[in-house]
Amino acid sequence: MRVVAFVGRRLLLVALVMAIVSVLIFGVVQILPGDVAVMILGTSATPEDLAALRVKLGLDRPAPLRYLDWIGGTVRGDWGTSLLYQVPVRPLVLERLGKSAVLAILALAVAVPLAIGLGVVSALRRNRFLDQAVGLVTLVAVSLPEFISGTVLILVLAFRFPIFPPSSLIDPRVSLWSAAPSLVLPTLTLVLALLAHMTRMTRASMIEVLEKPYIRAARLKGLRLRLVILRHALRNALLPTVGIVAINVGFLIGGIVVVESVFAYPGLGRLMVDAVNHRDVPVIQMAALLIAVTYALANLAADLFYAYLDPRIRY
Amino acid sequence: MSRSVDAAAEIAPGRGALAAIRRGAGLARAVLAPSPPAMAGAALLAIHVGLAVFGPALAPYQYAQFNILHTLEAPSREFLAGTDQYGRDQLSRVMWGARSTLLLATASTLLGVSLGVLVGMLGAFYRGLVDEILMRVVDALMALPALLLAMLLLTTVGANPVYVALGIAVVFMPRSARVVRGVALSLAVSEFIDAARARGEGGLYIIFCEMLPNAWAPIIVEVTIRFAYAILLATSLGFLGLGAQPPAPDWGLMINEALPFLAQAPWLAILPAAAISTAVVGANLLGDALREALALGRVGEAP
Repeated sequence: MRVVAFVGRRLLLVALVMAIVSVLIFGVVQILPGDVAVMILGTSATPEDLAALRVKLGLDRPAPLRYLDWIGGTVRGDWGTSLLYQVPVRPLVLERLGKSAVLAILALAVAVPLAIGLGVVSALRRNRFLDQAVGLVTLVAVSLPEFISGTVLILVLAFRFPIFPPSSLIDPRVSLWSAAPSLVLPTLTLVLALLAHMTRMTRASMIEVLEKPYIRAARLKGLRLRLVILRHALRNALLPTVGIVAINVGFLIGGIVVVESVFAYPGLGRLMVDAVNHRDVPVIQMAALLIAVTYALANLAADLFYAYLDPRIRY
Repeated sequence: MSRSVDAAAEIAPGRGALAAIRRGAGLARAVLAPSPPAMAGAALLAIHVGLAVFGPALAPYQYAQFNILHTLEAPSREFLAGTDQYGRDQLSRVMWGARSTLLLATASTLLGVSLGVLVGMLGAFYRGLVDEILMRVVDALMALPALLLAMLLLTTVGANPVYVALGIAVVFMPRSARVVRGVALSLAVSEFIDAARARGEGGLYIIFCEMLPNAWAPIIVEVTIRFAYAILLATSLGFLGLGAQPPAPDWGLMINEALPFLAQAPWLAILPAAAISTAVVGANLLGDALREALALGRVGEAP
């Protein structure tokens, strides 16, 4: 019962933050200087055309009313029509969200176990050769923006050694499964970025745990190192790792936006970039809101998992 | 490690330009001397600063100079890093591009961290309603991933390096504000602040003349973290077409423009990619060393 109340309270908090975020998204897109109608039609448009477009977009009405219209429509399931593609926004963004989710889940599934393993091994071999090698490689990987690592991967694994296709422009008629080879390079790019961040963080938290008195006590009472790591250190070092994964969901979302552009992958990020470039306001707003909700839910899931893992946290 | 901490701790507190320079020199000694990676990072950054200052003067060609007879040429003696589809010299474009990239990263970092310092200090000092409102704004801004927020901010104002800098500053503000607020909260309850209050000093005087000088170490660390990230964000936005517009020699934009020709002209991507990565690696190496020297080695900074 207390669990239900705890989860309910957290969900309420997420809803509250999302309400503020929706105001933020709306405000940033619609109230910042810059006239959407001029952006769409160009500066050479006649005043009549501009006025007509403003009426069509509802821009002649006061901003608070427009905000309420938008939120009301969103809640009812009427997400508006894309200005660029002239299709309803809802099926468009939901389909793209699914495509992006495939990439994100693949990347996390590969990166999380690898990062924990590498982080733990580096922490155990602290300042030895392996640790320094991993440290150097992850430092370089952290410093590479995804569009550079992606480009380098294309150069090497698609052109120099033609193993994987360079683009993920998937024919919508074929199943995602048969398009699997074209998912390899984008996933690899994301894994590289995630791995670097998460390995560094896991190493730091593992080192912190290894210096705790109870680890020394376990060693002193004669337990074998392997057992100390498995039974005592790893368990406690994994707690922050849950938080680390949650932090990296933010990196991951930014990375996906860039990676989808590099590989022409038809996901939500690329849709968002195209929408921003073409001032497709209804798509921008919904895509941003969806991404924000996904981000918030990922953080919530991490919090709940954290509370479940750590018996000290009482609801 | 311990040596650098000692050296950093020895740096005498003081006011005025001379003290600041002495403090800076002492810090540089403490950070660079014991650590080869820090030296490498400083050297990489120095090369980039050199490029930013002298690049346009040293570049063999204008960044937008077309050479219709030499399009998509591989590196040669005439064009050391090859040419793009308009026959523009790639080396010259990268050299011209250093200035705007570094300026953009520096401006957005300084502005963003300054705003964060202001918000964090105000919240921590006044507490109560002020703190509550500021922190809710910070929460809302943090609820959007960094790149997404920057993209949203650039939606209506249009793609322009000045707006990119402002956008990145807005992205950095809440993240810096949280860090600074944490530091300032513990400063705000210390005795010398009580003393200043008892003397009847005003709030802004206490914030800027009492708290700020005692928070400079974490603020410098914050600046180094943000600077590397600013280069990443700025070039990513350029790559997405949301920053500088053609024919600007923007490094991120150059890689975007190179993508369609990647199969026949891989050199188009390699040089700008190397320029971006060396700048970020340099900033990260120096930042890591600085963090260790200041003994604040906390990894796990939120994006």
